[in-house]
Amino acid sequence: MTIADRWLLPDGMDEVLPPQALRMESLRRALLDLYDCWGYDLVVPPPVEFLDSLLTGTGTDLELQTFKLTDQLTGRMMGASADVTPQVARMDAHSLRRDGPVRLCYCAHVLRAQADEYQGGRSPVQVGLELFGHAGLEADIEILRLALSSLTVAGAEDIHLALGHIGIYRALAEEAGLDENDELALFEAVERKNLSDVDALVAQFVSDSALAAMLCHLPRLHGGHDVLARAREVFAAAPASVADALSQLLAIQGSISEIFPHVSLYFDLAELRGYQYHTGMVFAAYVPGYGQALAKGGRYDDTGRAFGRPRPATGCSMDLKMLASLAEQEPPCDGIWAPAREDVALRMRVGELRAAGERVVQALPGQSTNAAAHRCDRELVEVAGQWQVVALGVQ
Amino acid sequence: MSKPLILALSKGRILKETLPLLADAGIVPAEDLDKSRKLLFDTNLPDVKFVVIRATDVPTYVQLGAADIGVAGKDVLMEHGAKGLYEPLDLNISRCRLMTAGIMGGAPRHARRRVATKFVNIARRYYASQGIQAEVIKLYGAMELAPLMNLADEIVDIVDTGNTLRANGMEPRELITEISTRLVVNKASMTMQHERITPLVERLREAVNKRRSET
Repeated sequence: MTIADRWLLPDGMDEVLPPQALRMESLRRALLDLYDCWGYDLVVPPPVEFLDSLLTGTGTDLELQTFKLTDQLTGRMMGASADVTPQVARMDAHSLRRDGPVRLCYCAHVLRAQADEYQGGRSPVQVGLELFGHAGLEADIEILRLALSSLTVAGAEDIHLALGHIGIYRALAEEAGLDENDELALFEAVERKNLSDVDALVAQFVSDSALAAMLCHLPRLHGGHDVLARAREVFAAAPASVADALSQLLAIQGSISEIFPHVSLYFDLAELRGYQYHTGMVFAAYVPGYGQALAKGGRYDDTGRAFGRPRPATGCSMDLKMLASLAEQEPPCDGIWAPAREDVALRMRVGELRAAGERVVQALPGQSTNAAAHRCDRELVEVAGQWQVVALGVQ
Repeated sequence: MSKPLILALSKGRILKETLPLLADAGIVPAEDLDKSRKLLFDTNLPDVKFVVIRATDVPTYVQLGAADIGVAGKDVLMEHGAKGLYEPLDLNISRCRLMTAGIMGGAPRHARRRVATKFVNIARRYYASQGIQAEVIKLYGAMELAPLMNLADEIVDIVDTGNTLRANGMEPRELITEISTRLVVNKASMTMQHERITPLVERLREAVNKRRSET
């Protein structure tokens, strides 16, 4: 074993050092407090579960992302959680079994077998919210408001929110009645906004000219506020569920632009992220300087079916490590430096100050007194037999 | 002023064919790209810059958001995977074919077919889709040499005229896919900069269509 082997970390597994770790922890507390204020109950998912329950209803993307190991007690395959959402869906459907809306939040380390989202590495800290048991738009808007508030709490200033609706493509593809291979080819072309491929595939697979025109327009419907109006015209003859999806997006647009007037809205009706489990509105929030979304989410009704209880569901998730990198301000320098003296009065004074919430760093014998390096701006000095707190360097 | 849009361009032949299209769309480099050793170039537009890099690096730059827009061959995008990128425009330049090739009239000599290529991911997927068990060997150049030296039974490579193949006693065999150069866009950039990117893509689309109708 060379020396390098001893300190080398695996790809994408990072340690968090001061002061970033403190920033992360402060942000974690601030976010969980925010969610608590809105009535979200905290849950702590297990780090490892049987693979069957982890991967139920989530599709192959998550399977490739999941580290696998064998349970030597049962011989069954287990997986390290790569996404907390299915675990929380299981808790709602099976463990809690409450009726009506259930609001849950979490903050947990997850592991990813592949670092496809480079900024998060393979060991992100996932923080998120899920709202089960309500199929209405109000639930989606509540999640959106909390996602945007989370980014604001983290210090994001220029937020861009991308909104889409999985139901539009789903309805059109169903109407076209494509077989599995053709649908997959069309899906990939639409997802990549590859207009020439979409046009060619639609011409090949779809004989109904009105439907073909709608499918060809779909990947062109992205941009600012005018997109929904354009979509109304394009999808005038579409199935009713498409009109319904557009009304939902319109209502979300009205609500979000009123509550968050500074957030830029972008609509992308061909956004197909999470197509395997999302069922309605989907969103992603971006901030300049980050090549990936900082918050992602949307509606994923029915995920609980595999656990015996289908429930409407909507939620969002973020990577705490990425959020904590938004505001790189230095941690406060507000501690108190205490000398290395064995003195009962000093010990009691230090105890009082700590009990009052002060950060008191006591020097160890022989330690050079570089108080500022320990983030102290004051020190304890003995004045006429009394230990007093004075500004650093006054003595 | 807001952050400039970064266009990542593939060096070499693709660059030569991309610049006229960009010029038609109203963007020209501020200096001669050939005569400079710089890698980052200003253009006539104050909010657009070019980076000129190896073709294989383009999808990486765009995927990670170091560049907002990229120009790269379909071969490079397929090999890279280019997950999470938009590919809104076929620039219809540097057209060629990605093919398998082997020694003229030669049958495979290895029980498990050996394939030399720099497109290892594409080759693996292609042979698997054909039901052929293939051993893929990664090489960085001069693919035509591999079958001659008995390093491989076949190669997977870009075929333009086929002259290099024939000069080495080889023949093109199966077509894997037609290749052309594509415009790719980072998702985050598209969301945040759509007011600048969408018109640029449309101007390029017009330039491409104009050329197509001329030929």
